Amino acid sequence: MHLKYESIIREPLVDGDKSYHQITEDICAPIESKPTRLWYIGFLISASLLGFGAFSVGWEVYWGTGVWNLNKTIGWGWDITNFVWWVGIGHAGTLISAILLLFRQGWRTGVNRAAEAMTIFAVMCAGQFPIWHMGRVWDAFFVLPYGNTRGPLWPNFISPLLWDVFAISTYFTVSLLFWYSGLIPDFATLRDRAKTNFRKMAYGVASFGWAGSAKHWQRHEMLSLVLAGLSTPLVLSVHTIVSFDFATSIVPGWHTTIFPPYFVAGAVFSGFAMVQTLLIITRKVLNLQDYITIGHLEAMNKVIVLTGSIVGVAYLTELFIAYYSGVLWEQEAFRLRVLGPYWWAYWAMMTCNVVSPQLFWFKKLRRNVWFTFFMSIIVNIGMWFERFVIIMALHRDYLPSSWSYYTPSWTEVGFYLGSFGLFFTCFFLFAKYFPVIAIAEIKFILKTSGENYKNKMVPIEEKSTEHFIEEQSHHH
Amino acid sequence: MSIKKFAVATYDDEAVLFPAVKKVRGAGYKIHDVFTPFAVHGLDEALGEKESDLHIAGFIYGLTGTATALGFMGWIFTTDWPQNFGGKPLFPLPAFIPIVFELTVLFSAVGMVLTFCYLNQIMPGVKKHIFNPRQTDDKFVMVIEVNDDTANDTMSFLKGTGAESTELQIAESEWWYGRFDKKEDYELQQQIA
Repeated sequence: MHLKYESIIREPLVDGDKSYHQITEDICAPIESKPTRLWYIGFLISASLLGFGAFSVGWEVYWGTGVWNLNKTIGWGWDITNFVWWVGIGHAGTLISAILLLFRQGWRTGVNRAAEAMTIFAVMCAGQFPIWHMGRVWDAFFVLPYGNTRGPLWPNFISPLLWDVFAISTYFTVSLLFWYSGLIPDFATLRDRAKTNFRKMAYGVASFGWAGSAKHWQRHEMLSLVLAGLSTPLVLSVHTIVSFDFATSIVPGWHTTIFPPYFVAGAVFSGFAMVQTLLIITRKVLNLQDYITIGHLEAMNKVIVLTGSIVGVAYLTELFIAYYSGVLWEQEAFRLRVLGPYWWAYWAMMTCNVVSPQLFWFKKLRRNVWFTFFMSIIVNIGMWFERFVIIMALHRDYLPSSWSYYTPSWTEVGFYLGSFGLFFTCFFLFAKYFPVIAIAEIKFILKTSGENYKNKMVPIEEKSTEHFIEEQSHHH
Repeated sequence: MSIKKFAVATYDDEAVLFPAVKKVRGAGYKIHDVFTPFAVHGLDEALGEKESDLHIAGFIYGLTGTATALGFMGWIFTTDWPQNFGGKPLFPLPAFIPIVFELTVLFSAVGMVLTFCYLNQIMPGVKKHIFNPRQTDDKFVMVIEVNDDTANDTMSFLKGTGAESTELQIAESEWWYGRFDKKEDYELQQQIA
């Protein structure tokens, strides 16, 4: 019945001798057993980080943004650096689930659920930074266009900062819907397997009463396809709009047309790195190596080396254009980036983002789990420095008397650590209570890309073409 | 609410299910529904289902979003509170594009998901009869509505279609508000019988 035939030269996406039932068993096992001690330790560390973050933010709200070391030239500091960094990380999930769906990349099924979850948590973290940066956070709703008694006075719809509000909230909503619509059938699987009444009730509510009717699956497929089509330009638009926060200003070093593509490539780059970090641990701890194979990791490493190279080209282009523009201020801004007081940040960025990912051209290293894990952290450090370097570009403005050197205060560091707390607390809960791999989607690719089914193709592929055709024509 | 009698055939592979669907439809039986653990491509066609029109709904919702964003911002900037920013036009279309695009996507996605839930009649708190608890795991379940006269005939026909098992079930055919940890009255009666 399978019209799609996949050659045995392609690596299997599901290793081992799996049946449909075995897939369900493997993926549901961690949800249906008690969490390990490792899980409790990890969860506790994350929750305490979250607590410390909440305290740091509380401190900032109580005393005002003055407790941050922001000054005349550096108005954004760590806070917006972290915002852009987290939003960037939040790009891989939708890229995997949407763009790779449209490109019919079968390997996305092993990683899309966890990557989408990561996206949602990363966007949640990102959203914190501009909100608390407002200082008078109780007025945060002023960014929304609601009828008020001041005219009504509306927000400025042609400001990139307001575009951000719309872009990030739309991105969060659409990612959540996409993720959850995929989860509904898997929750139904968990519900029908549940042994305890509480699980039956909870997963019953979460599954919306899904039963798996053929017509419903047809609509589900259509919904996934159209949501993928919508998310693809959406994911590109979000980081484009974030880059507009910088690019539409007239600040030397920021006012460049290269920003949108360069930010999007950087976002994908850091997002895939974060997916690697999380999945390498998840596949080991939850024993899912058969579903998230070395082949999956290699595919993502290929994306990392591609986007890393795009980012590298962008860095060099920036330098060249600064020189070629003939604008003194532009040239000075870039000279300061490379050789100024923040030279260490620039070179950390260059090493982590441009030089080290090139090692992924070696197949041996692409397929090495430890090396991949190490690199995923390096890439994320590099991408953090990229945003830091861009935001620090302001430390010397047109007026030498306001030149400064910025270092964060403990509340800013605490806020950043707290965002890790939020992210990992959510991810630990997800890994315990949600199917980490899309059960229904893996079953769908099993017969074309499963190792045991591929092995059945070996005798067929060994036949000569003429022999095969003759056999088939007799068969019918 | 309508409690009916169903002949339920369980298959263990989609490769068995497809010929069975063909055979059952060919013999003139009307299939109530087929339940599968994942999206089986081509099954909707085999069952004679029309293609879904959900994407058309999505397009219309998207256009609504476009119109809302353009109309709202245009009205504010030209009529409700016009402001002159450095002599630029009151209706700066290029600067509207980001928000117009975002609202188009937002309206389309939210509208489509709600329509999807409405068409499938799914919602938190909704309960449906699950003919076989393995239908969300690895079994493929075909259900045909029967009455006392047709039950025996249908059952014996289904046995010849390669089904792993067949049984008669009395079940609610629609959805209702309920909890999956509670058994319904008719389910309890079924157990006693």
